[in-house]
Amino acid sequence: MKIDHTQPLEYSTQQNQLNIFGFWIFLGAEIMLFATLFTAYFIMENRTGNGPTGPEIFEIGPVLFETFILLTSSFTIGLAVHAMRIGRKKAMLAFLGVTLLLGVAFLSAEINEFVHYYHVGATYQTSGFTAALLTTLGTHGGHVTLGFFWGVCILIQVMKDGINARTANKSFIFSLYWHFLDVVWIFIFSFIYLKGLM
Amino acid sequence: MEFFERFAVPNPNPAIYASMVAIVVVSLAIIIGLTYFKKWGYLWREWLTTVDHKKIGMMYLISALLMLFRGGVDALMLRAQLSMPDNKLLDPQHYNEVFSTHGIVMIIFMAMPFIFAFMNLIVPLQIGARDVAFPRLNAISFWLFAAGAMLFNISFVIGGSPDAGWTSYFPLAGTEFSESVGTNYYMIAIQISGIGSLMTGINMITTILKMRAPGMTLMKMPMFTWASFMACVIIIFAFPVLTIALLMGTTDRLFATNFFTTTNGGMDMLWANFFWVWGHPEVYILILPAFGIYSEVISTFSGRNLYGYKSMVGSMVIISLLSFLVWTHHFFTMGQGALTNSIFSISTMAIAVPTGVKIFNWLLTMWKGKIRFTVPMLYSVGFIPLFTIGGVTGVMLAMSAADYQYHNTMFLVAHFHNTIIPGVVFAMLAGLTYYWPKMFGFMLNERIGKWGFWFLSIGFVLAFFPMYITGLNGQARRMYTYSEATGFGPLNFVAFIGAGLMAIAFCLIVYNIFYSIKHSPRNVGDDPWNARSLEWATHNPVPEYNFARTPHVASSEAFWDAKKHGHELFKGEIEEIHMPNYSGVPFIMGVIFFICGFSFVFSLWIPAIVSLIGIFACMVLRSFEKDDGRLISVEEIKATESKFESAEEIKTAVSTYGGANS
Amino acid sequence: MKLKGTLLLLLSMLVVFLSGCEPLLVLDPKGPQAERQASDIMISIGIMAFIVIVVMVLLVYMLVKYRASRLPDDYEPPHIEGNPILEGILIGVPIIIVAILSFITVKSNYIVESTPEGYEDQEPLVIYASSSNWKWHFSYPEQDIETVNYLYIPTDRPIEFKLYSFGPITSFWIPQLGGQKYAMADMVTTLHLAADTPGEYMGRNANFSGKGFAENTFTVTAMTQTKFDEWVDEVHETAEPLTEDTFEQLLEPGHLGRMTFTGTHLGFSPAPEHEHSDDEMDSGEEHKMHAEKEREMHTEHAAHE
Repeated sequence: MKIDHTQPLEYSTQQNQLNIFGFWIFLGAEIMLFATLFTAYFIMENRTGNGPTGPEIFEIGPVLFETFILLTSSFTIGLAVHAMRIGRKKAMLAFLGVTLLLGVAFLSAEINEFVHYYHVGATYQTSGFTAALLTTLGTHGGHVTLGFFWGVCILIQVMKDGINARTANKSFIFSLYWHFLDVVWIFIFSFIYLKGLM
Repeated sequence: MEFFERFAVPNPNPAIYASMVAIVVVSLAIIIGLTYFKKWGYLWREWLTTVDHKKIGMMYLISALLMLFRGGVDALMLRAQLSMPDNKLLDPQHYNEVFSTHGIVMIIFMAMPFIFAFMNLIVPLQIGARDVAFPRLNAISFWLFAAGAMLFNISFVIGGSPDAGWTSYFPLAGTEFSESVGTNYYMIAIQISGIGSLMTGINMITTILKMRAPGMTLMKMPMFTWASFMACVIIIFAFPVLTIALLMGTTDRLFATNFFTTTNGGMDMLWANFFWVWGHPEVYILILPAFGIYSEVISTFSGRNLYGYKSMVGSMVIISLLSFLVWTHHFFTMGQGALTNSIFSISTMAIAVPTGVKIFNWLLTMWKGKIRFTVPMLYSVGFIPLFTIGGVTGVMLAMSAADYQYHNTMFLVAHFHNTIIPGVVFAMLAGLTYYWPKMFGFMLNERIGKWGFWFLSIGFVLAFFPMYITGLNGQARRMYTYSEATGFGPLNFVAFIGAGLMAIAFCLIVYNIFYSIKHSPRNVGDDPWNARSLEWATHNPVPEYNFARTPHVASSEAFWDAKKHGHELFKGEIEEIHMPNYSGVPFIMGVIFFICGFSFVFSLWIPAIVSLIGIFACMVLRSFEKDDGRLISVEEIKATESKFESAEEIKTAVSTYGGANS
Repeated sequence: MKLKGTLLLLLSMLVVFLSGCEPLLVLDPKGPQAERQASDIMISIGIMAFIVIVVMVLLVYMLVKYRASRLPDDYEPPHIEGNPILEGILIGVPIIIVAILSFITVKSNYIVESTPEGYEDQEPLVIYASSSNWKWHFSYPEQDIETVNYLYIPTDRPIEFKLYSFGPITSFWIPQLGGQKYAMADMVTTLHLAADTPGEYMGRNANFSGKGFAENTFTVTAMTQTKFDEWVDEVHETAEPLTEDTFEQLLEPGHLGRMTFTGTHLGFSPAPEHEHSDDEMDSGEEHKMHAEKEREMHTEHAAHE
């Protein structure tokens, strides 16, 4: 592996550059994926059949909590990458750990939310609206879950091998992914919850 | 339904039982054969674990040919059933399953792997790269495709095939009207291979944008690479839509959600929209690489550079853009009103303009050229008029008011076969013949190839042109039979004869492969066609590292420059080459995906969850793996190169395009 | 060239087929809408044939003139980049053709989507055509009649079909009167047709809808207004009333012959209403108003009797 020292560590080999570039393309596809989900949601928004409508089931409290948690985690992963760039392994691990913990907190809040929907009679089978809502939220939540396990793998590797071209590359790509999920959440927050609550 | 009943074929008939026996016999024969000849190790080491783009390409190619036969047999059954009025060969349910399968197999499991085969084989060579950007991911893509294809193909012996058409419109495809697990197979098999396609798209875009040889700017890329690039861009934007549509269809069928149902707020039209938002770009994913192959072939055999390179590229970009803006033309009759129909009608017709530019550019490439009628060129020359007819009937269909009369008729069926067969299938056969020496180091026999071409073209014309007429006479598509009074009989019989000729053509093509393996001379040299672009600047068959030294490029016809204008392609000394290691994980992942898909089809939740965990385990394993690949030493490269050079000297006596005209 | 010869031969065969023999259904229109569509089709065939011929002539010219066997061995084809003027023409001409076709299409779109030309001053006869696996139900609210699998219509009066489905998406198509339109479970679509001449026409579901799709047909009989009125009176004298139970039985999957009832199913099993997106909302309102107007007419009708 030829390492180019003029570049940041995560860009330092050709394969690393390819990985980052390829991941950006992947995020492009992810944008299409979520755009499709949003389209479906907007079309299904008022098709509630005999089930409850959005304003009837949405609760601002938990949603604000989830939003706050996820935004904070986006900030901490940014700090983790910063720590990585200046070569401070411990700080990086700490911030990465905090990010993942926030991820878990987000997920538990979201599971809670789903249980709430279940109790108020908005199950997956209830109507076109609930199906679209839960699929959109679920796809995002599934991404966060996957991200959590991915993050754990990276955390262990950084712990074992320290910060090198390989782990830096992985951590950087993971941070892109995590930021992306945050952006998606902002759209969910604005166009599903706020719009539904208004 | 009872647990075990679901696995039975819902509408058994002797043909299906015969196929079951055939499948068992062939599988046993393969297993015994491999054991007897002690080829298991070879198969595992050289093929199942490979990450080499050329071998993956060949595997795609073999799969595509197999699927071509599967879909072709379906087509013959359809044409046979319709050859006479009130025919009793197939019952309606069986007919429905056969035409649904035919469509899906041909588009998803034949045409897609065919274009992926050539993308894999040719793109890295055309841009002077050692491999694709993510070789391991490439292998996963292939094995996901293979898992999807296998899953789809066992449907007709275990549980029943999909029976709601390849478009699978809801609510017909919902559990209410399609009770067997057939449509579950549809949803899940296409989902699995679709994920593979998406990853190929990512892989190819990264490869093309980041791994081009020094000097190759975007506007100096060979046309096939440009076409593949645009196709992959479409893949990135179109396939996620399919992913979501299939996900929704799956949950509707397996978890009783209400996306596309007719009650509780479901919306059947949403499926049709999502399906075609993917489906229309999909046909351009198929046709653009085909255009790329025609560009290479026509330019090579006209002995001229491609006319209007810039407008060729421009037209592809415009086609890709427009491909996302026309999906509604698949259902002008859904009642969107005159304004919506007018907009989509115009955007659809607009595609004719860039496509027309391409046709004229190919004609102008032949102008002042020196045309050699080899098999690939014959296919390209046959393509131009036939595809033009398919294209202009497309413009006719785009006229929405008139489309009320064409929609859902055989006219439409004739139209899209008229674009896909001369467009995609001819291109793939041209590519197969053209790049055969690149892959295997010998030529396919020209005489048998020409017979194949004529059978295919004439068969095509006989099979599909009558459908334009019966369509205008009121024959709807997907009818399993018609009465004598309709008068559709004679023309449908002509179509059946045409289909028979096409079947003979495909048999000839396969026979040609076996014939050429036995009889073709091996020393065809590195440039059997007197070709022009970079992929011909290395040896035939291509060594695993592609190019011993990285080529330097100054135009889109680097190899021609080197031959005629003294351009120096290879500079400097041979250095050691870094190559990725082979890995069994992609294959294993494919197998697990297959099991997972099968479990989902039959709602077997425990194996489904276990296999999902298996998939994630493979991903974790990959994350922790430290595999920096291996290096090929300078001595080894030199040894390989000198072997090729001595072979080259032996064959100097053979003329420029070697055994081709023997 | 052999290939070109074959193709030209086949093309001329095609023309013979199109002009000779019996006229093809779509090109043998019996109503204003189908006539418009047939004339669009013929215009486009003409323009498209011209394009195909131009491409073929160019191709044959290139193949004959520049084939290697005719050229001297030492002939080296020149290197030619594009030519902006030539390429401009090659882009310009298709754009003009597409513009012409667009103009025709847009005009036709509005024509086929409104009351047929020449019939604007008449109140259209509204017929609800609904499909179920694998039958067609025709409800005449104005006449208070319902038929299964056959349709009687008066000539020289515009007909407004309201289409919907009790199952999979189907497509209502009477080729000689005009093009098709989908019938769906979720919304009502409208198709405007009219018959100029009395006669019997083939009608069918054109959209694949499962096992019984091939036989999902109906016959359309167009007759003069007087004959139509006679038929209506006859039905009212002879036919049984349509009850909810009978109708439920009719909806069971399968094929039925022709059936006739008095009364319609619209009372106990009304057509679907829209419930989504804004612009569809509007037409939904319109639809409701329409239904109300019909109900009024309906009562008036009953009062007359």
